[in-house]
Amino acid sequence: MDTSRSPMEPSGFSKKIAAFIIIVYTVVTLIPITWIVLTGFKSVDSAVSYPPEVIFEPSLEGYVNLFTARTRQSEEYLDSLPPPETWYEELVRSKDMVITGPSKFFSRYLNSMIIGFGATFLSIFLGTLAAYAFSRFKVPLKDDLMFFILSTRMFPPIAVAVPIFIMYRKLGLGDTHIGMIILYTVVNLSLAVWLLKGFMDEIPKEYEEAAMIDGYTRFQAFFKIVLPQATTGIAATAIFCMIFSWNEYAFAVLLTQFNAQTAPPFIPTIIGEGGIDWPAIAAGTTLFLLPVMIFTVVLRKHLLRGITFGAVRK
Amino acid sequence: MATIKIENLQKSFADFTAVKNSNLTIHNKEFFVLLGPSGCGKTTTLRMIAGLELPTSGKIYLDQDEVSLLRASERDIAFVFQLFALYPHMNVKNNLAFPLKMQKYSRTEIKERVMEAAKLLRIDNILDAKISSLAGGDRQRVALGRALVRRPKAFLMDEPLGTLDSEFRELMCLELRKLHDDIDATTVYVTHDQQEAMSMADRIAVMNEGEILQADAPSVIYNKPKSKFVASFIGSPAMNFIPFNQAVQKNQTEINIEGVKIKIPNQHENSAGQENFLGIRPENLKLVSNGGISGKVFGIEYLGSRKIVTIDTSFGKIKVRIDSNVNLDIEENVQFTPSNNNQIIFDGKTDKSLISDFLS
Repeated sequence: MDTSRSPMEPSGFSKKIAAFIIIVYTVVTLIPITWIVLTGFKSVDSAVSYPPEVIFEPSLEGYVNLFTARTRQSEEYLDSLPPPETWYEELVRSKDMVITGPSKFFSRYLNSMIIGFGATFLSIFLGTLAAYAFSRFKVPLKDDLMFFILSTRMFPPIAVAVPIFIMYRKLGLGDTHIGMIILYTVVNLSLAVWLLKGFMDEIPKEYEEAAMIDGYTRFQAFFKIVLPQATTGIAATAIFCMIFSWNEYAFAVLLTQFNAQTAPPFIPTIIGEGGIDWPAIAAGTTLFLLPVMIFTVVLRKHLLRGITFGAVRK
Repeated sequence: MATIKIENLQKSFADFTAVKNSNLTIHNKEFFVLLGPSGCGKTTTLRMIAGLELPTSGKIYLDQDEVSLLRASERDIAFVFQLFALYPHMNVKNNLAFPLKMQKYSRTEIKERVMEAAKLLRIDNILDAKISSLAGGDRQRVALGRALVRRPKAFLMDEPLGTLDSEFRELMCLELRKLHDDIDATTVYVTHDQQEAMSMADRIAVMNEGEILQADAPSVIYNKPKSKFVASFIGSPAMNFIPFNQAVQKNQTEINIEGVKIKIPNQHENSAGQENFLGIRPENLKLVSNGGISGKVFGIEYLGSRKIVTIDTSFGKIKVRIDSNVNLDIEENVQFTPSNNNQIIFDGKTDKSLISDFLS
């Protein structure tokens, strides 16, 4: 019998099986994403060709179409123009079109950024203070209040869509950044308070007591002692809030059209000539996936420790 | 350093009273230990002195100033927590400097004070280390260092040695006491470990169920306990309590146990009832061949220089300390009797010890 490994450690064979299952799972999961990324680099024709092309000549047509507005022109008109100055103009001319200006994608993307980060910041700010108060102070009806906060998540958000739509119109919050930030903060806040309260509970109150005895006020102790130790929880909560605010579709469709429209309702509206412009949509989707991915990777270290909810604490 | 005085201090949490009407004076430069079983109110008392809990009623004085309702940060006292509460996101140096930064000391002064404390505690070689990399003893020293850099009026310690292993605890006991003497500190120390208390304290206050039962020097607490609880809590092995059914009168010098006459110190007061207890420490009993209280040997603990024999009698188990060269067998019939006249009669009704020639 092999006694070199501890009885708690899986055997080499089961490790191999585990690795195999993980690889298969990863491949299956990654196929759609890979397909989206690849489609972004296809031409309009090869994107819809049948059988699907796995090996193709890469083209930046999708990205050019994503960022530009174009019109089709007659051959005589095109010939009358001076020769194209940039590679993307040339690419567009070859399809008998001219660039008339930038598309709305960039501004929609920026809206997503402003609203996503704004709502995340506000949720974390309010959530941290509320969670600390719930964790440390004798709040009257604490349990009922915590349940009330959670109960705001119990109905599907879309159930209140119409009232919110009417309220927002009356208040002039419709199609504004601040309106969307408030809305996403409201939705995120219950999750943020609950998650962060768990993390705050894990931080022994002796740390603040020590700081208070050392001459600091409770507020100073909170900023200098509690916050630095809660970074893990804050990072994990921020990721959850960011993912929701970034991906939210239903309210964005309903409440935003021009000024504050975010990327999710915009991307599906990219319609090309005589059909859907799949490469442009795929390019938009690829770019849309990046910020959350980068945000998650940056905070990954905290997230891994964070999602164990402090179960393993030194 | 300072004198700490508490007057009629009381603390209730909802319908539970944690500290009942306590009065204490802790003298300047004294090492004072609050001792008691868990839940007896000793930590609550300490936290009220620190300002981490506010009293329900009663007053706390630091020197002449009443501080009962001041914030912890306004009292100028240091607190060492059981789990040290060292800030994990700072290194040792910053932990030590943290209290000083609040008091707006100059950078050079902070540095000097940190070095001074670090040298005193022999942690000047680990100033840049992370808290998580420190062993228990070093954490203990850093926690003490953080308490003393500020030169506070008093040190409050809540079972600071509780998490250390026993070998290290003994060493830290000595170090702590030496440190206390070196810096002329006033220390209030909370523990449930009576040996720790006995070895360090100038005076011990024994608490139970929110009440201070007795505050005295360790030898007085040990030899002349004022109540049965104090007698049973102090000493290892614990004091023997032999029940007897006989009222004790003033000037009585003898009682009858199992038909054996036992001499007791001349009593100065009457007992309240019939059911009383004779308290004798194991070292004040001896084995005799006849004329003593009889029983059977139940167990023998060999402790090197001596043995503790547990004797099964009709009224329960009695421990007797004997020389380790005396040989006994389990189940052997033996007799024992007091070896001196240091017995205490505990009143079964009030739990108090009766005043006598010995206990006056």
